[in-house]
Formats: sequence, C-alpha cells, structure tokens
Amino acid sequence: MSARTSLGRTIAAHAILLTYTMIALFPVFVIVINSFKSRKAIFADPLALPMPDNFDLVGYQTVLKQGDFFLYFQNSLIVTVASLFFVLLFGAMAAFALSEYRFKGNTLMGLYLALGIMIPIRLGTVAILEIMVATGLVNTLTALILVYTAQGLPLAVFILAEFMKSVSHDLKNAGRIDGLSEYRIFFTLVLPLVRPAMATVAVFTMIPIWNDLWFPLILAPAEHTKTVTLGAQVFIGQFVTNWNAVLAALSLAIVPVLVLYLIFSRQLIRGITAGAVK
Amino acid sequence: MASRKPVRWHIAVFLAPAVLVYTALMIIPLFGTLAQSLMNKDATGERVFVGLQNFARLFGDAIWSDAFWNALANNTWFFVIHMLVQNPIGIALAAILSTPKLRMAAFYRTAIFIPTILSFVIVGFVWKLILSPIWGIAPGMLDAVGLKFLFAPWLGREETALTTLALVSVWQFVGIPMMLIYAALLSIPDEVIEAAEMDGITGWSQFWKIKLPLILPSIGIISILTFVGNFNAFDLIYVAQGALAGPDFSTDILGTFLYRTFFGFQLQLGDPYMGSAIAGSMFGIILVGVCIYLFGIQTRLRRYQF
Repeated sequence: MSARTSLGRTIAAHAILLTYTMIALFPVFVIVINSFKSRKAIFADPLALPMPDNFDLVGYQTVLKQGDFFLYFQNSLIVTVASLFFVLLFGAMAAFALSEYRFKGNTLMGLYLALGIMIPIRLGTVAILEIMVATGLVNTLTALILVYTAQGLPLAVFILAEFMKSVSHDLKNAGRIDGLSEYRIFFTLVLPLVRPAMATVAVFTMIPIWNDLWFPLILAPAEHTKTVTLGAQVFIGQFVTNWNAVLAALSLAIVPVLVLYLIFSRQLIRGITAGAVK
Repeated sequence: MASRKPVRWHIAVFLAPAVLVYTALMIIPLFGTLAQSLMNKDATGERVFVGLQNFARLFGDAIWSDAFWNALANNTWFFVIHMLVQNPIGIALAAILSTPKLRMAAFYRTAIFIPTILSFVIVGFVWKLILSPIWGIAPGMLDAVGLKFLFAPWLGREETALTTLALVSVWQFVGIPMMLIYAALLSIPDEVIEAAEMDGITGWSQFWKIKLPLILPSIGIISILTFVGNFNAFDLIYVAQGALAGPDFSTDILGTFLYRTFFGFQLQLGDPYMGSAIAGSMFGIILVGVCIYLFGIQTRLRRYQF
C-alpha cells in the first residue's frame, strides 16, 4: 500500500514540476523559435517550430549589420567582469579582515557594511549622478563599474565572512609559523578554500549587473557606453515593427547570461546550502 | 621585535578598498540624497534649506500627493501579490523538489530559476507579445481550449494592468524563494525527519508540523527580501509600460514616480529636490519595513540549532 501511494506521489510531484517548468520556459522558447522564422511565419503561427520552409535568419542579419550590438555586448561584458572582479577581491579582503582579526570596532564595521544589503543603492541615485557629473565620469564605463562594485560589496562581505570563519585556524597558524605574511596567507591559503562561496557570490552579483537598466539609463546612456540591456531596450523602441530583428536581438541577449548561469549553477546550490546550514 | 604591539597595518589594507568604495558610492550619496530632500530653490535659483516642506508638498499638495499616494497604493498591491502568489508557489515548489530520491530535481531547479536570470527588457517584451491581442499567443491558446471569451487586453486596461504586471514579476522571481527555501529544507537533519516518521508523521502533515516551523526563519528572510525588492522596483514597469506607467498611471509605482520626477518627462522638467524627497520617502518606507522585520518578527522566530 505504501509503495502505491508513494508512486502516486512521485507522479504528482513530477506532474507539478513539469507543468511549472513549462510555464517558466515557455516565453523563452517562444522568443527563440520565432527568431529563426520568416516574418510571415511569425505572424501566421507563432507556436510553430522553425522548419525548412519557414526558416529565416533575416533577424540575425539585421542585428549583426547594425554593428553596435557587438559594442553593447563588449560594454556589458567589461562592466560585468570588472565589477565582479572588484566585488570579489575587495569583498573577500574585507571579509577576511572582519572574520580573522579581533580589533576595536570589528562588529560595528560589520554592521556598517551590512547596511547596504537592506538599503538599495538606487535611492542614492540623485547624489550619485551629481558625483559623477562633478568628476566627469558620466557616460563612462568606469562610473558603472564603481557603482556596481559598491552595490555588490555588502552581500559579498556578508556571505564570504560567514564562510571564512569556517577555515581552519591551524592551517593559517601553520602558515604564520612558516613565516608567511598576512597577505600571503589570505591569497594563497584562504582564497582557494572559499571558492564555492565565491561562485555563489559571483552569481548573485552578476545577474543584477548584467540585467540592470536603471544605472546605464541614468549614468551612461551615450551610444559608446550602452550596455546590452539598454541597447536592447532602445533597439525595441526603434525596430518596434521589425520583429525578426527584435526577437534575434533578444535571443542573443539571453545567451551569455544563460551560459554563465549553467556553468555556475552547480556551485550555486552548494553555496546556498552551505550558507543555510550555518 | 622593536615594539611589542605593532600597528597591524594589514587590517587597514584589507578593509580599505571595500570601505572606501562603499562609503563613497553608497553611504555618502544616500545621505546626500536625504540632505537634498530638505533643500529647494528659492526665487533666485539659490539652493536653500526648507526643512520638511518638500515632504509636506509630497504628502499634502494635490499636485504631488495624488501621484504619490497612487504610486504607494499601487506599490503596496504589487507587494501583496508577491507575498500571496510568489512566496507560496516558491515554498510549494521547494517542498516538492526536496522530496527524497526525486529524479531530475537538478533539471527542474535549474529550469525554474531561468526566468530570474533574464533581463527585464526580455521579460517585459515577451509577455507583451504573449498577451498582445494582435499577435497574441494567449488568445490563440485560450481559443484552442474554448475559453476565448476569457481573454482581454489585460495590459491595456486600467483595472487589470498592475495585477498582470505583478504576476509577470512573480513569474520572473519565483526562483529566488524556491532556491532559498530549498536550501533551508535540505539543511534539516535526517534524524529529525526520521524521528517524525517513527511517530507516524509523514507526507503533508510532516511538512506542516515539522518542516514548516523549521524553515520559518527562511520564510522571514524571503518576505523581507520581497519587500525591499518590490518597493525598489522600476525596471519591469518601465520596459512594459514606459516611464508614464500607463494606462493613466494605473501601474505607477514609487520607482517610476521617482524616475519621472527626477528626470522629467515630456513637458515637465525634472526636479531633483522633489526627486530626493521621493527617494527619502522610499528610504523611510524600506527602513520601517526592515525594522519591523528585525525587531518585531525576527526576534520572535525560534531558531533551531542542530
């Protein structure tokens, strides 16, 4: 009897999860299949799969001919990778200082840095724009990198500090006896050990940066500094009737973040679970 | 060793970059914005201190207050939908996913999280396409099952546009509560579950009586994350309905109101002082929410140490 109910339950579980998976993936599926179809076929039957008789790459050709798209991609990539690098490096350094050393004001410093987890950086936009105007950084990628680094740091410090507390003290002390400097201990002993946590932080930091529309729109809307997200938004506005091109642009914008997500996803759940156990 | 207690410079070196960037671009601008919300221009265009006048206008002067209260009410409804739809669905999916020995769990988990990684531009556009009465996949699909009469241009109607967009946002972000609750469920030790099974508590009652109380702290965290995220939202409304948050401001939330006020739109010029006042109000709302969570809810939740 128990076997039968558990079989029924498994089937029900799969049915529910499969249904929801379809709901989750359906819109992405619609974009991608239609981006490979001719204009007529898109309108005639939006749900038909691309077949030899309706297959058409005209959308991708339009996007690639535009030329700017590569620049947008490059901008997004530079901004995301540079911000990610600084968030991980600075975040790990601060997390190490907070978790390793006892000094006056340690707890206070931890709280100060954690404040940013709850208070969104967007609320300071008005003043951020003034700072950027004053320093001449408007319409530069540097402005975006600086803002995103500040935005990502609080959560990075918080998560990494939790993990660094669990790194064995014996290991670090052995390093000290061997005469390693505190910097060497951090870079060669501790950093490699917290790699799973770094992957978790990387995913949580990367997605909002890649997808952000607010700061590119406000701080760097110029043609040469547009990110993919902003570029796609403007593109949709200009090519609103050229659906082939819009669908192709959107498909292209999905690819990079999807690839990165699939690479990191294994580490992601491991990182979250390890964090939750604490 | 010359001095017995040398200054530990390395601590400062480790902390300095993070603290500097964070202070310069997050803390100072935040307080700069709050300070600016207390200023305004006088007749000669000089910046003068006006106290709480901007806030008084925002809350009481009909030119501003109608839009502000409208945005606040819409934002609250946006949040309520997330709490009532997104979080229960996320918890349910996580509970099903954490069934022991479930095959393909990793696949489902990865797939359901995919909408969360998509940019708002993609999400806004694709749902506009699906729900469009002209190209519309939705009317076609409803027609196929004989329910075409149910279809309406949901995004274009004042009564339904906000709810529709909130549900789109739910679709996009359901992966976050799912992941966090899933991780919390996995961290419940096997002994606890085994003990429950010994006592004959299985299936649904096991979830309600054993697991749910244990994951309450995680539910608290997703609630406050939802709150902060929703009262700071902007992008989805902007890409789907534009800065004017149409139809007739029925989807206007605090984020779009702030954007319009600060940068101006169409014939209205931007107003950094009133913009700051709106940002200051959002800061206050989020702060109150976070404080209620930290002091009213979190301290009352019992945490179990395993």
